[in-house]
Amino acid sequence: MEVKGTIYRIAGPVVTVIDVPTKMYDVVKVGNEGLMGEVIGIEGDKSTIQVYEDTSGIAPGEPVENTGMPLSVELGPGLLESIYDGIQRPLPVLMGLMKSDFIERGVTAPGLDRDREWEFTPVVIKGTEVKGGDIIGTVPETHIEHKIMVPPTVSGVVDDIKSGSFKVTDCICTLADGTELTLMQKWPVRAPRPSRKKLMPNIPLITGQRILDGLFPLAKGGTAAIPGPFGSGKTVTQQQLAKWSDTEIVVYIGCGERGNEMADVLNEFPELADPKTGKPLMERTVLIANTSNMPVAAREASVYTGMAIAEYYRDMGYDVSLMADSTSRWAEAMREISSRLEEMPGEEGYPAYLSARLSEFYERAGRVDTLSGLTGSVTVIGAVSPPGGDFSEPVTQNTLRIVKVFWALDAKLSQKRHFPSINWLESYSLYLDLLSDWYNEQVSPKWLQLRGDAMEILQKESELQEIVQLVGSDALPEDQQLTMEVARMLREIFLQQNAFHPVDTFCTMEHQYGLIKAILKYSDMANNALESGVPLEDIISVKSKDDLSKVKFEKELDEELDKVLATMDNEFETMREAVK
Amino acid sequence: MKEYKTINEVSGPLIFVEKTEPVGYNELVYIKLEDGTTKRGQVLDTSKDIVVVQVFEGTGGLNRSCGVRFTGETIKLPVSIDLLGRILSGSGDPLDGGPRIVPEDRIDINGAAMNPYARKPPEDFIQTGISTIDGMNTLVRGQKLPIFSGSGLPHNDIALQIARQAKVPGSEEAFAVVFAGMGITNEEAQTFMQDFERTGALERAVVFLNLADDPAVERLITPRLALTAAEYLAYEHNMHVLVVLTDLTNYAEALRQMGAAREEVPGRRGYPGYMYTDFSTIYERAGVIKGRKGSVTQFPILSMPGDDITHPIPDLSGYITEGQIVVSRDLHRKGIYPPINVLPSLSRLMNSGIGEGKTREDHKAVSDQMYAAYAEGNDLRGLVAIVGKEALSERDRKFLEFADMFEDQFVRQGRDEDRDIDTTLEIGWNLLAELPEAQLTRIDSETIAKYHPAHRAK
Ligand SMILES: Nc1ncnc2c1ncn2[C@@H]1O[C@H](COP(=O)(O)OP(=O)(O)OP(=O)(O)O)[C@@H](O)[C@H]1O
Ligand SMILES: [Mg+2]
Repeated sequence: MEVKGTIYRIAGPVVTVIDVPTKMYDVVKVGNEGLMGEVIGIEGDKSTIQVYEDTSGIAPGEPVENTGMPLSVELGPGLLESIYDGIQRPLPVLMGLMKSDFIERGVTAPGLDRDREWEFTPVVIKGTEVKGGDIIGTVPETHIEHKIMVPPTVSGVVDDIKSGSFKVTDCICTLADGTELTLMQKWPVRAPRPSRKKLMPNIPLITGQRILDGLFPLAKGGTAAIPGPFGSGKTVTQQQLAKWSDTEIVVYIGCGERGNEMADVLNEFPELADPKTGKPLMERTVLIANTSNMPVAAREASVYTGMAIAEYYRDMGYDVSLMADSTSRWAEAMREISSRLEEMPGEEGYPAYLSARLSEFYERAGRVDTLSGLTGSVTVIGAVSPPGGDFSEPVTQNTLRIVKVFWALDAKLSQKRHFPSINWLESYSLYLDLLSDWYNEQVSPKWLQLRGDAMEILQKESELQEIVQLVGSDALPEDQQLTMEVARMLREIFLQQNAFHPVDTFCTMEHQYGLIKAILKYSDMANNALESGVPLEDIISVKSKDDLSKVKFEKELDEELDKVLATMDNEFETMREAVK
Repeated sequence: MKEYKTINEVSGPLIFVEKTEPVGYNELVYIKLEDGTTKRGQVLDTSKDIVVVQVFEGTGGLNRSCGVRFTGETIKLPVSIDLLGRILSGSGDPLDGGPRIVPEDRIDINGAAMNPYARKPPEDFIQTGISTIDGMNTLVRGQKLPIFSGSGLPHNDIALQIARQAKVPGSEEAFAVVFAGMGITNEEAQTFMQDFERTGALERAVVFLNLADDPAVERLITPRLALTAAEYLAYEHNMHVLVVLTDLTNYAEALRQMGAAREEVPGRRGYPGYMYTDFSTIYERAGVIKGRKGSVTQFPILSMPGDDITHPIPDLSGYITEGQIVVSRDLHRKGIYPPINVLPSLSRLMNSGIGEGKTREDHKAVSDQMYAAYAEGNDLRGLVAIVGKEALSERDRKFLEFADMFEDQFVRQGRDEDRDIDTTLEIGWNLLAELPEAQLTRIDSETIAKYHPAHRAK
């Protein structure tokens, strides 16, 4: 088959080629420099290619070559601790090859290091029957044990299996039919990796963020969206999740966002310790950085590259979380390419298939039985950047139709420096019921009750707020003033959480429970005291209340909390005595 | 170079050329007019049948008999250290009567994207001498921090004051300034030039001027020339460069005009759907590179049409820049200079630039507390308008007064008043001391004990 043709037309990242047979999504090398591109449209003898690199200077008539292969990722040991661009080119390697701090084009490098050797220990023997997804051995990748699996489409009987030090391309296992397996496999990024069956997401993803774990929890294998205007805290929240979520693996995709933010992650993650394992966070992380000024076609691909990697670790039986910041930039990349193709635009210029692409993507999340019978999960958290902060726009709306958790960022809160600026009245989680057993067993049978009470007080506050706006707070009856005060405590003590404070940045479930219980205990005692005639002024100026607001910054939170609660008991006791 | 006389169509800023040899995408194009003058353009779309060229100096005077030459290369800026002190046009030609630059190198103005792995996170505090910035929206070297303003507001004065006063405490070196005027009026240009000359800043400055009556399409390359010059000075000559770009709104208008001429499907409010990506190729050209001494810090100015921060121009900018300084018409009407409203303002890199060893250990706490207190006081103003001051509690009255004092003493300062960070924080503490100490919930007790005026006095 003739695989070579020529360029017919170039308009930005979209190149039309002629005289070469193609299939949709084939990877094509474009021009004299062999720039990487992907077939996204075929009409007659012309194929349309989206090119992953800058096309400046490329001219009609230059050659093109079809590789006949779909856009794929390399999966194997060495993914962890890597930083890739949207098409899995390792950025540190590119820097060396390009001899430049800037991304030049026409240079490519494989996703996995070809020279590095890994220690392989087999877990099958000659004669074992294996099928797609089965684990044939392990490699210590970082502190994470990398399980080497039979590619999903392969099966057979082990004829020969080795042990020792190997490069990713070395043959480590031969099947009876002669198929050779290596430490590495390839997978087309746009296709979901198969699993046996989807399971109910009934275990929460513990993030250490009070408003998330406490009020609007996400389940492992679940989906969440975090929409908000610029500067409202999407990236900080995503990074908090990447740091503190209790998953074994984290895939963080900087999709069309800032270079400095990625540099920040690269700088910080090796220094921070995973609260669960104590190991550097970087050891469990894969970064994908296709910043806003890098080619849009590669930005479009970046979310799929990340997803394929996430699924691969899921297949080893790990819990994986994937953050995409921001899915709006991905949607915009689709829009840009679609408009270059002169496709019929849908809402706000986005292609008509926007909604389908979004749901296909989020559908790849889930807690599953893997092909080898393990349980693994991919949890997906997508940031959404609505123009003007207006949630009625197509990307936000289409996303909200799919995801089960909605963390609504609110510019009014961020302007008041209430962080995380997640609006507690608009946000929701549809996992609460599924997770209730877990809370009853792992936290406390009282947890859901307390959560409900807290939400009710916050709800009540917003109603009272409307009255206060008209008449001032002094005009409210005292018990309502007290409700407002308790709501303020819930907001300032429980909901506000400083991502940059060394202690406050992460709060265990146990401590979350402790804090909320303490606030509600104050509420109960305060209401009782009020009824028995203690002046409101005294009730709200107890010292223990101020102390409570500082407890969350203490390393020894439990001890401090006990002290505060003891003081609180005494103070209320004294006040009650006084009015007897 | 072969000259083609095959212009088939002229439409807005675009020309369509037929029957060419293969022409590269984004190539620089020369168009020779009948009167002998030459215009420049750039290839937007190229195929075997037709080549679409956008003409920078506008298509006025062009017709089908003009000659078109394709240079075979993308647009480049001739650079050398002699750029410093020069005033150039929006497309890089000398305006100051000086000689052409004898190039040390010629650099593609589109600039490749910085490899994220090569970036060093910005963290060096820049003292601008303006309290609302240094104290509450700290700028660091390598950041891109725009001014969101409106027509008739003193953003130019603020930009000039920053350009004059910016320094990194402890480092002697002044910033080099690269200034790009896009569609600004002659008068504005004069103001900038006079100030540069008065203060001697011109010696360490490169100026690119595209004025209001210059062709709009040229605006699309002006900021790219400026940033190319800035990167050259920063990375080849180890300089710390402050880039002032004004006014991005005029740039965006030019972008919209081009989009319309190309009959593209428009995005929000008629601006092209790719405006975010286009903006990013400007704003992302700020930063610090590992192992290199220089840096590029951007201070873009844009006027928000209708003072609307959700308008696509400020909106898409805010999604790329590392915060924003918002100039407020209300404060300006109250006669406060600089009328910076800290509430919608933000510096995302502030946390990495402040604290012990950088500014002061109490910096963050003071800033957080002032934000909270001012926000609360400001909210109460709305309430007072309805129910009157009498209905406020004692506590609330304090916060209301705080908001007024904050604007009068912290925000307000002279056009030549260069406050160092200690002065700024002192003013902050004096204001906070007016609030009941128990209300300072954002500051821990140790910091209060150490810095609160009531405790220090003892
Ligand atoms: N939990 C938090 N604790 C402390 N500060 C926060 C927190 N969340 C956000 N911030 C502050 O808000 C700023 C903006 O947050 P962030 O960069 O996450 O916004 P964003 O929504 O990602 O904006 P964009 O859409 O422009 O990328 C941060 O730089 C930080 O100063
Ligand atoms: Mg962000």
